[in-house]
Order: sequence, then C-alpha cells, then structure tokens
Amino acid sequence: MAIYLTKESKVLVQGMTGGEGMKHTRRMLAAGTDVVGGVNPRKAGHSVDFDDRAVPVFGSVREGIEATGADVSVVFVPPAFAKAAVVEAADAGIGLAVVITEGIPVHDSVAFTTYARAKGTRIVGPNCPGLITPGQSNAGIIPADITKPGRIGLVSKSGTLTYQLMYELRDIGFSTCVGIGGDPVVGTTHIDCLAAFQDDPDTELIVLIGEIGGDAEERAAAYVRDHVTKPVIGYIAGFTAPEGKTMGHAGAIVSGSSGTAQAKKEALEAAGVQVGGTPTETARLVLARLEAERDVTHS
Amino acid sequence: MDLFEHQARELFEEHGILVPRAEVTDSPKQAREIARGLGGRVVVKAQVKTGGRGKAGGVKLAADPAAAELTARQILGMDIKGHTVGKVMLAQPVDIDSEFYVSYVLDRAVGRFLAIASAEGGMDIEEVAATRPDAVARIHIDPAEGVTSAKAAEIAGAAGLPPQTVDVLVRLWDVLIREDAVLVEVNPLVRTAQGQILALDGKVTLDDNARFRQARWGGQEAAHDDPLEAAAAAKGLNYVKLDGEVGIIGNGAGLVMSTLDVVAGCGARPANFLDIGGGASAQIMADGLSVILSDPAVKSVFVNVFGGITACDAVADGIVQALDAVQLSKPLVVRLDGNNAVRGRAILDDRAHPLVQQSTTMDGAARRAAQLAHAG
Repeated sequence: MAIYLTKESKVLVQGMTGGEGMKHTRRMLAAGTDVVGGVNPRKAGHSVDFDDRAVPVFGSVREGIEATGADVSVVFVPPAFAKAAVVEAADAGIGLAVVITEGIPVHDSVAFTTYARAKGTRIVGPNCPGLITPGQSNAGIIPADITKPGRIGLVSKSGTLTYQLMYELRDIGFSTCVGIGGDPVVGTTHIDCLAAFQDDPDTELIVLIGEIGGDAEERAAAYVRDHVTKPVIGYIAGFTAPEGKTMGHAGAIVSGSSGTAQAKKEALEAAGVQVGGTPTETARLVLARLEAERDVTHS
Repeated sequence: MDLFEHQARELFEEHGILVPRAEVTDSPKQAREIARGLGGRVVVKAQVKTGGRGKAGGVKLAADPAAAELTARQILGMDIKGHTVGKVMLAQPVDIDSEFYVSYVLDRAVGRFLAIASAEGGMDIEEVAATRPDAVARIHIDPAEGVTSAKAAEIAGAAGLPPQTVDVLVRLWDVLIREDAVLVEVNPLVRTAQGQILALDGKVTLDDNARFRQARWGGQEAAHDDPLEAAAAAKGLNYVKLDGEVGIIGNGAGLVMSTLDVVAGCGARPANFLDIGGGASAQIMADGLSVILSDPAVKSVFVNVFGGITACDAVADGIVQALDAVQLSKPLVVRLDGNNAVRGRAILDDRAHPLVQQSTTMDGAARRAAQLAHAG
C-alpha cells in the first residue's frame, strides 16, 4: 500500500522541459513512475520523447488533469515561479504537489503551503528530494536503484541521509521514503508521515531523520509517544553545528539555545525512540529492532 | 542576512515609522561632529549583530560632543561576544514615557508568521514570556490577509498597547513583506513624553532566498567575517568555517552535518562544513579542496560522498582530476559508497596518490581521518 504514492499514481511534471526536469523525468520513468505529462504553456501540444515513451506537454495543470487523470505533480520550476506553479496545481485540484525547487523565499512558501492546505492539496517540500515507493513509483530526484521494496517507512529532512539509510538497509527494503525538505517551512511534516506510516499496513518500522533547526523533531517525539505503536528509530544530524550558522539547508540553524541536535535527541529518547550515533549505527538499530520484533512474533 | 541596527532604522524610516534622529560613523572625530548636529547630547550605540550590547558596555550616553568623541573611541574596536565593533550609531536621546515590544517572527511549527507583542518592552522578551506569559500576546497572521488595521488593533488590544501603535504594526508588516524579511523586531517601541510612538531599537533579518527580487540587498554579497568563508563564497561553495583540524567535504547538507558529528565522535574536531551538492564535478571538488587546504588548522581531509544520482565512478573521476589541479599537501581519506562504488574505488586505487587513502565505510573513514589529524 505505501503512503502518498503508489503505482496507481499518475504524475505530471511542472518544468519538465527544463534541464533538471528532463533529466529527472527520464529517471522517474525508468523507476516505473507513470509520468503522464509535462506542463509548459509555451510548449503545449508538443510531446517529449524519453527513450521508448512520448510524454505529452500540456498548457496548464488543469488541462493535464483533464486529459490524463493525474493526481500528483512534481515541481521543478525556478524559485521565482514556484509559488505560481503550486497555486496553479492546487487550483486545478491536484492531490499531491512535490516541490523539488531549492531557494524559494519563505514568504512564498508560507503563502503556497497555507493556500494548498485550504484547497486540500498535500505539499511535499519545498527544497526536498521528493518521495519514493520503491518498485512502484518515484516522484522527485531520489535515486531509485539503491534499494528495494520492503517494510521500512522513512521520513527525513535530508536527501543524502535518506539515500545513505536506503542503501544501508537495501536488503530489508522500504515501503515509502519521504524527503520532507530542509526549509524552515514545509508542507508535509515528520508528524504527517508518522501518522501515515502508523496507518499503513505495509510499514513495519519507521525511520525518522532530523537535523538542527526549529522544533519539528521535538513535536514528532511527542506524537510518537502519544500515537505511534510501531517501532521508530531516529537519527539527528548537526551536533557539532555552531550557533547562528546556516548549515547548507535554509532551515538548519541553531538560534540561541533552540533547535539543537542534543535537545532533539533527548526528546526522541524520552519518547522511547532509539537514536543512532551515526547513520550506520542507526541502520544497525533498525536491523536489531526488526529481528527482535520477529522473535516476539514467532515465539 | 541580519541587518545592523542602523540599517533596520533606515528601513523603518522609509516605511513611515518614526525613529530617533541618528547617524552612523566609524570615526571618533566624525562622532563629535554628528553629536554637535544632533544637539550635543547623544546615545552612542555599538553596531554589532548580536544582543546584549548594553550589558557589554556598547551603549552609552554622552553629555556633549567631546564626550561623544571619547565614547565612540572607547566603543569602536570593542569586542562584543566575538563581534568587533566597526561602526557606532549616534542617536538623539528620547524622553521615554513607556516601553513596548513588538515583532513578527516565523513560526516554523505552524508555517505562518506570528505577531508577538507586549506592554513590557525594553526587556528580554523570552524572559518576559517565561516569567509572565500573560504579558505577551501571540497572534498568527494569515498570509493572504496580512496585517490590516483590524488585525493590528487586535494585536495591540491583546498586548495592552496604546491605540497609536496600530499604525506602526501595519507599517512593520509592510517592512516584513516588501523587504522579504523573516524577522522584524522593535524592542523597545516607545511612547515619548510628548506622546509619539518611536522605534528605538530594531532587528531585521532578511531572507537570503529572496535576493533575486530585492534590488537593494540582492546584489550585496553576504558578509563573511572569516576570510576562508569569503574565499569559498567567491567560488560559490557552501562552506562554514569551524574550529577544528579535520577538513570535511561531502555531498548534501544532511550528510555533511552527519560527517562532522561522526568525526567529532572519533575524538577529532571538524575544521569546516562544505557541501558540494549532488554533482560533485572535478571543478567544484578542486575548488573545495583548495579552500580547505589553505586553512592552516587543517591536518587531514575527509571526503565523504554518497553516490546517488551521480554515480561513484563519476565522482572518483572528479577527485582524480581535482588531484591533478591542486597541490595536495595533507593526507586525504576518501569514502565512496552507493551507486558504482566498486568502480569508483578502483579509479582512485589506479591513481595511487601517496597521500590518498580509502575506506569503505563512513565511520571507518572518519576514524582514519581523525588518526591522521592527530598524527599530523
């Protein structure tokens, strides 16, 4: 079943005809994603050939939905145009918009996430690698060939740490991996994914990856304590980050005494979440926990 | 990007918010002239991007122009929490009747801006919020509506601010939106004995992501106090200088942060954060290496790459080309993992550079880099 994205998902790509859009549309198709169209008003009516598949270009998201029944949009448009693209997708009634674009002004992200929520559109991102349900569909830029389908659900602020864990746990495999993005304001939170994984019968264990900045991990910890019965294994990056410096991601900053990795780790541990000291140790905790769960089931 | 107080003051003034008469300078002699122009008696304020200036002796009243020169001389060059004072602002003193606090901050948890206001201004607002939470009003702003007069009246009413502050609250929101700020804070906002509402001190943080549409700040390079950070920024690298001896290069912000932690866990200290992104081309690898090798504190370098979209053999090619372009002077530990890792490692083995070692795991490579740093 997985969360948010399945093999039934029909995917539009906003910004498909740009460089990044072309490259990743090809990769998404190769991963089995049902990419049903691109959106570009200046190239409407054309189609783009990707190896053995011709993908039509529509003039608007609405036209794309009407012609194909698309329910997911992946947004690759540049920062200056991202807000308009997301608002267009929400107005057209898309169910899920995955915003890959990095560098969107915060006021725009505040505006379009609020707008989309009111329209019933789920936003993943911005500044995120997207999400993948291995073996079924890939919406974004996550490398599809480093893991396989399985029963771990993963939610992360970081793309490369997601890949690292996907790869370390490739023999177990994943139900869905969601890169929620490293910006201060994101449409889908750790908590949203925890709730979805808790309800997903295909997910047996949840990996939660966080990093410095804000208090999303602390709130996720409280949610785990109160609502999640499946095992959760955590990892937090940024223990050595100095105060007041932005570490790569726009949202990754320790301000005063708030947003520290230590506080996040402590909150998770207090909620019963085991937190790995390194990505590799985190993978080992996952394996040990799965083994322990199976022993319980079999005894 | 944080603005200096004098820059925030200028923005407020442009948006029709009353501020004290003031001028900024880096010269004590000029401070005397400015003080004379402002009527003799002035407040001399250190311009640093950190709080607690007053306690550190960075804000002082000067009775006359001669005292202003002397005070400016004392404050210029002063170190306040690691920030050297390069400029002072001289401001006309204000006859204060009461002090308030107002700000618009991003509430990341809700994904909206939050108005925070209190009739207890001039103090540390976090302290007020902790000890007397009732004294602090917190109201979320709908991004589609913004702060209208009605919303401003609601904020002022909730905080117990006088009705004259409503106009200031609307104008401050205008500063936030038009300047693409992520924080606007006035502390204190004062009512003078004459009944005017004045922004006495301000803090503004601008959104670096909005540079492309901000004519005034957009072209300006982000200020870098550290010369290595400035050199890296000039090459378009995402680099932060730290106080350690193991240079770090990695792909992806999360993985690099994690790499710093793992190195620290091995008993060494990371010398920097450097994220070279997904592509990791030869040019960017060479640029990154040259910045890190120019850091005299660096004793060893750890290149930690996960090959996802860009496979490890392409990354290894990039490293080999970078090794040809840069004079490697310190030991380099490389960990390649992910797509085509075996081929990537073979490429580096074939290059057989005497200062390059490989490790197949991140934890193992971090240990090795830490050992080499201690040995070096």
